Amino acid sequence: MTKQLAQYLVVLALSPLLLGVVNRVKAFFAGRRGPPLPQLYFDLYKLLHKTPVYSRTTTRVFRAGPVAALACLLTALAIAPFGGRPSFFAFDGDFILLVYLLGMARFATVIAALDTGSSFEGMGASREVQFAVFAEPAFFLALAALAKTTGAMSVSGIFGALTPAVWTTAAPVLALVTAALFLVFLAENSRVPADDPNTHLELTMIHEVMVLDHSGPELAFILYGASLKLWLLGSFIACSVLPRHSGSWLTDAGLFTAAMFAIAVVVGVVESIMARLRMSKVPYMLITALAFSALALIFQVGR
Amino acid sequence: MHTFAELIIVFVILLDLALAVTGSLATCIRIAALQGVVAGLLPLLAGGHIETRTFLFAFAIIFLKGVVFPWLLLRARDRSGAGKEVETLISYPVSILLCIGAFIASSWLGSRLPLPTANVAWIVPASLATIFTGFLLITTRTKAITQVLGYLVIENGIYIFGLALFVEQPMMVELAILLDVFVAVFVMGIAIFHISREFDHIDTAELSELNDWRRPEDVK
Repeated sequence: MTKQLAQYLVVLALSPLLLGVVNRVKAFFAGRRGPPLPQLYFDLYKLLHKTPVYSRTTTRVFRAGPVAALACLLTALAIAPFGGRPSFFAFDGDFILLVYLLGMARFATVIAALDTGSSFEGMGASREVQFAVFAEPAFFLALAALAKTTGAMSVSGIFGALTPAVWTTAAPVLALVTAALFLVFLAENSRVPADDPNTHLELTMIHEVMVLDHSGPELAFILYGASLKLWLLGSFIACSVLPRHSGSWLTDAGLFTAAMFAIAVVVGVVESIMARLRMSKVPYMLITALAFSALALIFQVGR
Repeated sequence: MHTFAELIIVFVILLDLALAVTGSLATCIRIAALQGVVAGLLPLLAGGHIETRTFLFAFAIIFLKGVVFPWLLLRARDRSGAGKEVETLISYPVSILLCIGAFIASSWLGSRLPLPTANVAWIVPASLATIFTGFLLITTRTKAITQVLGYLVIENGIYIFGLALFVEQPMMVELAILLDVFVAVFVMGIAIFHISREFDHIDTAELSELNDWRRPEDVK
């Protein structure tokens, strides 16, 4: 129990570091030095000491949005896999709750964006929900395919049962699932090629545009929530490509954390060598992810 | 080696999906060629003992589908002025959803068909899905050249289906099919060229009207 709580706290403490790694890799590719690794911690500290400013058109829905989203993500992280180790919150079918918690977090953000009454934020909300139509089924079907492959019903059970032996027998299924998860991971965290986190151009933004009116501690909640989501979706990829479990907690935790930072490096490389997709092409990318996970599930069911 | 063959089958299905979403004609031709090459590799992996005959046959197929057909099709595309785009009647997301639906249907059908058990999983559904993708290309794309392409994809599917049925390839049958396809691609290449010269375009929707006589005032 102590270890399970410890791994939860490790995730809470380390997740802002992922964005630091991504930004450093991007800076390295651009020939710059880049922001310091713990930059997001400084930002969060600064924002938490600021007084929030509210527009007069907003209601309490606007203030509840970031808090609700962060709460959903914190709960979801308790279910998230951690190197195949059991989680303290695991139960059978918890991946359904996980998907709904992510949907709930998205709903809170979207409703807060709509509450500002700005057409600009409404546009971002519309885009976010439009892309979620494809991203959510892709994520859910990928999880279902994993559950079918391993025969376990809880997230940590699935990745606990995922051993190198499973990879040798069901390599096509797992490869498809990992590819689908990676595409969903990029799109859901508004990374390139789905969205560019650096731009603040009204025509291209998806996620950033929804949080423009938030300030102070609420913006800190949103930024922290984004880093938690990055860790949460990344942990699925890290656990699928890292099926080997040793007996000891320290080795597993160390390997898993290293894999997470490796994923952050991959994201940085992808962002450096790719341009973002045209807005009308983003659904294609998500439909591809949906196709991958649907194929994986069909493969596994018919095996 | 069966895991490797399974990976190839998955790759064939992914190429089907890629065919359904690709908007560039040249890429479509290359994907169909790649699918033919990958399918041609399959008999070398499925069986344990490889005879010289099987090897030569696989080599002939890979050469035809990977080099000759794309060359002929790309040449036909350039000569007929077909342009660079695949023009579709339905949108690409609908195409890919139809493909996935076809794969679900063919995996159901594959489990129902009274076939000898194939030693590689998924070979029957993959072949049926490939045949369906070929039909999709033929029915929902407007250009004549994509119809030839659909025909080629159907041939790929039939070839994989044949692999599922027979461990030992009846060479005469396969050679006959291959010759048919070769002649067909050749003839269609010439036909497309002539269609475009006669009618200034190769949109098949216009061909259905079948009027070769025009009033003098219509001719611009």
